[in-house]
Amino acid sequence: MTIVELPPHGDDRTGRPVLEVDELTVTFARKGEQPTHAVDGVSFSVAPGETVGLVGESGCGKSVTSLAIMGLLPRRGVQVGGSVRFDGHELLGASDRTLRRMRGADMAMVFQDPLSSLNPTVPIGTQVTEVLFEHREMSRKEAVDEATRLLDRVGIPDPARRLKEYPHQLSGGMRQRALIAMALACSPRLLIADEPTTALDVTIQAQILELLRELVVDSGTALVMITHDLGVVAGLCDRVHVMYAGRIIESADRHDLFARPRQPYTGGLLASVPRLDGARGVPLHPIRGSARDVIPWTEGCAFAPRCDNAQDDCLTEVAGSTVPLELDGPGRELRCRHPLEYPRSPAGATASGAAR
Amino acid sequence: MLRFIVRRLLQLIPILLGLSLLLFAWLRALPGGPAQAALGERATPEAIARYNELFGLDQPLYVQYLRFLGRAVQLDFGNSARTGRAVTEEFFERMPGTIELTLFAMLFAIGVGIPLGYLAARRHGSWLDSTSVIGSLLGVATPVFFLAYLLRLLFAVELGWLPGSGRQEVRIDATRITNFYVLDGLLTREFDAAWDAFLHLVLPGIALGTIPLAIIVRITRASVLDVVNEDYVRTANAKGLATATVRRRHIVRNALLPVSTTIGLQTGLLLSGAVLTETVFAFGGVGSAIFDAIFARDFAVLQGFILMLAVVYVLVNLLVDISYGLLDPRVRVR
Repeated sequence: MTIVELPPHGDDRTGRPVLEVDELTVTFARKGEQPTHAVDGVSFSVAPGETVGLVGESGCGKSVTSLAIMGLLPRRGVQVGGSVRFDGHELLGASDRTLRRMRGADMAMVFQDPLSSLNPTVPIGTQVTEVLFEHREMSRKEAVDEATRLLDRVGIPDPARRLKEYPHQLSGGMRQRALIAMALACSPRLLIADEPTTALDVTIQAQILELLRELVVDSGTALVMITHDLGVVAGLCDRVHVMYAGRIIESADRHDLFARPRQPYTGGLLASVPRLDGARGVPLHPIRGSARDVIPWTEGCAFAPRCDNAQDDCLTEVAGSTVPLELDGPGRELRCRHPLEYPRSPAGATASGAAR
Repeated sequence: MLRFIVRRLLQLIPILLGLSLLLFAWLRALPGGPAQAALGERATPEAIARYNELFGLDQPLYVQYLRFLGRAVQLDFGNSARTGRAVTEEFFERMPGTIELTLFAMLFAIGVGIPLGYLAARRHGSWLDSTSVIGSLLGVATPVFFLAYLLRLLFAVELGWLPGSGRQEVRIDATRITNFYVLDGLLTREFDAAWDAFLHLVLPGIALGTIPLAIIVRITRASVLDVVNEDYVRTANAKGLATATVRRRHIVRNALLPVSTTIGLQTGLLLSGAVLTETVFAFGGVGSAIFDAIFARDFAVLQGFILMLAVVYVLVNLLVDISYGLLDPRVRVR
C-alpha cells in the first residue's frame, strides 16, 4: 500500500505535453468592487493519453480554469494572465478566429448539465453535423453518416433516428453521450470534461466514465477531468491536482494521493467520502466550515480557517512569507506547512525533507 | 396536429355563442336605440314605433336574438341601418384594408424591432442600448392617435410627401378583385395603383406599428440578453462555430421564442381594428366602420363586425399556436 507505484503511462509522460498551463491567473474585476482572483497561478500539463484531474469544491476555480484554457470566458471584466500553450502554441491573446478554428477541432469540451448545454430548438443531428461542417469539409450526406457513426460510437442506440430528435426527447445519459459525440466529432487531441457526470444517475455516471476512459485509451486523447467527485478521480485519473481557493494545493499521482494525502484538505476530502466497508454507525467526517471561510492567499493559507492542523505560521504575518507550492517527494507537490504525516512510511517523510 | 386544429375550431362555437349573447344584451342596454339615431332627436313616438316594427325591434328580446342567430349562422347579419348595405358585404370590403394595414404595421415593427433589440443587447450598456430602451419607452407611452395626428400633419399636410387619408387616390380607377388594394394592383398589373395603395399604408402603418415596435425591441433585447448567457451558447462557442452560425442558429432562434408570442398577440390586437388610427387617416378599415356604427347605433354592423372579428382573432391565435410548434419543438403539438 505504501509502495510508490510507477505511473501507468510512463512512456507518454516523456512525450511532449499537449497542454501546458503555466501560472494561469483569472481575475474578475467589476467597477467599484474588489477584484476576485478566481484562478491564482495554476500550472499543470497534460500529455497525450493522460488523464489529469482537477479536483475541488464548488467555487475553487476549476471550471474557470477550463473556460480560460478554451478561451470561453467573457472578455469584459475578466483579466487572464500567465500562459496556456497547446502543442507549444500560446493560446492566451490568440485571435478569436484562431481560437474558433481550434475549438471543436483540436480541443473540445464536455459540459456539466447536458440538458442546458444542448440547444433545445435544434435537432441533435444538426448539433453534431454543424461541428463537422465547420471544421471538416464534408458534404451533407457525409456529415450525416459521420454523425450517425459518432452517436453509435458513444453508445446511443438507433442513432439514425436519434439524429432527428430534439434534446428534450432524450434521457439524461443519452444527452451527455450526444454532447460527448459532438466533442469527439473532429477527434480532438485535448478533451476537457467539466463535471460530466454530476447531473446524471449513479448507474449512468459509471457508463459515461467508462466511455471517456475507452476514448482516452483508444485515441490517445489528453483528458482534463474537472470534478469534485473523488470516485471519478479514483476510476479515471492518472494525475490529480487538488485546488482550493484558486490555487493548486496538492498534486500527486492518483495512487499516491489516495494512499497518502498530505494536504489536510485532501485528507479531509477523502475522509468525508462515505464508505460501504466502514463500520455501521461511524459518523462521517466532513470538513468543517464552508468554502466561503477563506482568507486571501496573500495573508496565509486559504484553508487555514477550516484546517485541523493549522498553526500560527500558516499566516503570512507570522511566517514572513506566503505558503509556497513545493516539491514533496517524487512526482508530488504540496502547498502546506503542516501536512499530514505518515510515520510508517519513511519514503514520504524523507522525501519531503530532501525536497526542501 | 389536425385533431388539434379541429378541436380549436370547435372551441369557437361556445366562444361565439357567449360573445353574441353578451353583445346582444349589451347593445340593447345602450340608451337611445337605433330608431332614435336614424330618425333624429325630434322623431315622433309614432315614427319610432313604425321604425321598430319594420326592423323587428318591437319583438321580445329572445325572439330578436334567436332570429339574429338563425341568420348569423348563414353569415347574414342583416343590413346596415346607416348605409342600407349588407353587413357581410361591407365587412369583406373593409377587412382586407385592415389586414393590409396590420401586415404593414407588423412588418415595420418586426423588421425594425428585432434587429434593433438584438443590437441593443449585444452592445449592452452602449449609447445604442440606452437610446433604444428610452425610445421604446417613449413609443409605448405616446398615445397612438396623437402620433397619428403628428405624422399626418408633418408628412402629409406640411411636407406633402405621403398621402394622409383614405386607401387609394380617388382619381386612380383601379380594378377590384380581392379588396386587398395592393394585391389587386399587382394581380391586375396596375402597378401604379398598387404603389399608390402601398403609399397610403405608410403613415397609418407606422403610427399603428409604433407600440408593437417598442414592445418587440424591449422583449428581443431582454430575451437576447438571457440567451447569450445560456449554456448551449457556450457549447456552440466551444465547438468553434463561426460567429454568424452561433448568432443565427443558437442565439436568435431561441431569443425569438418569447418575441413570437408578442408578435402573435399584437397582430391579433391590430387586426381587430385600429379605431383611432383608421379614424385619423380616414382609412376605410373595420376600425373606422365600428367607430361610425357606434355613433349611429348601427346594431347590425356592430354585431356582425364584432363577431366576425372574434373569429379572425381566434384564427390568428390558432396560427400563432401552430407557429410556436415550428419554432420550439418542446411545445410541438401532436
